[in-house]
Amino acid sequence: MKIIVCIKQVPDTTEIKINPVTGTLVRDGVPSIINPDDKSGLEAALSLKDEFGSHVTVITMGPPQADAVLREALAMGADDAILLTDRKFAGADTLATSNALASALKKMEWDLIIAGRQAIDGDTAQVGPQIAEHLDIPQISYTEEVKYDGKSLFTIKKQTEEGYQILEAQAPLLLTVLSSANKPRYMNVRGIVEAIDKEVKVLGVADIGADESKMGLKGSPTKVHKAFSKGVKSAGEQFEVEAEEAVGIIISKLKEKFII
Amino acid sequence: MNFELNKKQQLFKQMIREFADKEIQPIAAEIDENETFPVESVKKLAKYGVMGIPVPVQYGGAGGDNIMYSIAVEELSRVCGTTGVIVSAHTSLCVAPILEFGTEDQKKKYLPKLAGGEWLGAFGLTEPNAGTDASAQQTTAVEEEDAYVLNGSKIFITNGAHADVYIVFAMTDKSAGIRGITAFIVERDTLGFSTGKQELKLGIRGSSTCELIFENCRIPKENLLGKVGKGFSIAMKTLDGGRIGIAAQALGIAQGAIDETVKYTKERKQFGRSIAQFQNTQFQMADLYTKTEASRLLVRSAAYKKDSGIPYSTDAAMAKLFASETAMEVTTKAVQFHGGYGYTREYPVERMMRDAKITEIYEGTSEVQKMVIAAKMFK
Repeated sequence: MKIIVCIKQVPDTTEIKINPVTGTLVRDGVPSIINPDDKSGLEAALSLKDEFGSHVTVITMGPPQADAVLREALAMGADDAILLTDRKFAGADTLATSNALASALKKMEWDLIIAGRQAIDGDTAQVGPQIAEHLDIPQISYTEEVKYDGKSLFTIKKQTEEGYQILEAQAPLLLTVLSSANKPRYMNVRGIVEAIDKEVKVLGVADIGADESKMGLKGSPTKVHKAFSKGVKSAGEQFEVEAEEAVGIIISKLKEKFII
Repeated sequence: MNFELNKKQQLFKQMIREFADKEIQPIAAEIDENETFPVESVKKLAKYGVMGIPVPVQYGGAGGDNIMYSIAVEELSRVCGTTGVIVSAHTSLCVAPILEFGTEDQKKKYLPKLAGGEWLGAFGLTEPNAGTDASAQQTTAVEEEDAYVLNGSKIFITNGAHADVYIVFAMTDKSAGIRGITAFIVERDTLGFSTGKQELKLGIRGSSTCELIFENCRIPKENLLGKVGKGFSIAMKTLDGGRIGIAAQALGIAQGAIDETVKYTKERKQFGRSIAQFQNTQFQMADLYTKTEASRLLVRSAAYKKDSGIPYSTDAAMAKLFASETAMEVTTKAVQFHGGYGYTREYPVERMMRDAKITEIYEGTSEVQKMVIAAKMFK
C-alpha cells in the first residue's frame, strides 16, 4: 500500500506574534515544527507501515526551509519526501495550496492520502478536504483511529460533535487526522543519521504541470481584511452559589448585556 | 573551523531534548526518591537507538558520532543525572572498548545486542584497594586450559546489578605490574559470577552501583579483550572516552540547574520585584552560564577530536575537570538562589546538587584529571 502524508511546517507557538503595523506574522526567532495534527497523521501512516509494510511518502508545500520538517519525517520513518517550492506558490490561501498539492498528487501513485485536520497557524481545516475534492476521491475528516484489514477495507473512527462514527471505506481515500488520534513516535537516531543524506525531491510549478493561474496569490480568492492578536479576556466574575440562585444570576447578567 | 553543530547533530539534539522532557523528566524525582533503576526508560532509549549512538550500522548501532553521543548524555542529564550516567557507562565503558579492542567475532556477538539496548553494559576496574591507583589490582585471572579463572571483587560498579555484559580487569601476572593486567568480557550468567551489595548514595540514586564478585569464575579464552597484559592500557584508553561522557553529564546537570534557576528567579518576588531583576542575581548567573558554555565547548572539542581520530586524552580530562567542577558550583548556587525552597525536594535543584557531586569523583577524580593534564604539560 502506498500512503502519502501531507504535512505543514508551522511556528512552534500558540502565541503567534503579529507585527501591529503590517499585520503580518512575525516568524523570526520562533522555531518551526511539524504541525501537530499532521504529525499524528504521519504516525497513523507509520503505524500502517509497521504492520503492513506500506510505503510512506511525505509531501509539503513551503519555502526551501520547509526541508527541515521533511527531514524530521524521514527520521521518524517515512520512506521518501517531496518539497513543493517555487516563488509562484507564494501567498497561497487554502484553495491555491490544495490545488498545488492535488496537482502533484495527480502525478503520483497512492492508495491512501493522510493530512492533518488543521494547522495551528491557520485553523481552517480546509486543505485536506479540498485535496479530496480536486482528486474526486472519498474523504473522512476528524479521524481518531485508523484500522486496516490488510486487503482493502479501512475502518475509521471519526470524531463528531455528538460522539463518534465508525465508518468503513476503501482506497482511494483521504483522511484528515486529529492530534488526539495517537502519540507520534520520536525520530530515531539511525533515522536521523540517514535522513540527512537522503534526497528530498524538490518540485516547482512547471514540474507538477499545474495551472499557474490557480497557484499562489493569483489563485487565492481569500482576501485578508485584517490580522490581529486576540485580546486578553478579563478574568470575569465568579459566583459560588447554589444552582437555583446561579440561574437567576446568569439570566440577569445576560439581560444586562442585552443578549436575551 | 566551525563551532556550529551540523544538521544531523542539530536534528538529533531536537529529538533527544524532546525525548528527555517528555519521557525522562517526569519520573526523575521519583526514581531518585525511591532509588529505582529506570528499566522502562532504558527500554525506550533502546527503541530509539540511543543505546548505540556511536556504533556503526554494521554492528547494529545508529551510525552516529561522539558529538551526538555527548549531546545525548547532556540532554538526558539536564533533566535526570541518573539516566545520563546509565547511558554513559553503557556506551563509553562497555560498548566502546569492545568496538575499539574487540575481535571481529566479539564485535558480532556483543555489539548488536548492546547497541540495540537488549543488553546493558558495565565496566569493572575499581577495587577496595585499587581506586585512583588502578594498577593495584587484586582480582586474579589464572590460565586453565581453554579459560581464565577469575577470583576477587570489584566495587562501585555503575549499572552493576542490571548489566548483562561487563568489561572486567584482572591480574594475569602479578609480577609484571601494570603489564600483568588483562581485560575480559564477562557475561552475567557465567558460573561463579555474582553481584553483591548495592550502594546507597548521595546522588544519582536511581542508578545501580554495586559490587561484582568472582569466585572461581571461568571465562573462556575467546572472551579475552585485547591481548594478555594489555588490560591497563585498555582501561586507561576506555576511561579517556568515558570522561567525555561524564563531562557531558556534568554539563547537562549544570544546564538543568541554570534553566531551573532562571525560571525560578523570574517568578520569585521579594522586595516588590522578581529576584531576577537584582544585579546580584544577574551577575552571578552570567558567570555560571559562561562557565557552563565553556564546559560545552570543552566537551564538544574532546568529542570532535575523538571522532576525527586526533589524540584527545588531555582534552577529555580538561573537559571532565572543568565541567564537573562547574556543575558543582552551578548547582550549589542554584540551591542558594532558590533559598529555603531550594533545600526541599519540591524543586529539582537539590537533586541536581546531589547528582553533580559524583561527577567530580567517578571515572577519575578531579585530582586524577589534573595528573593527566599535568603529565602532558611536563612530559
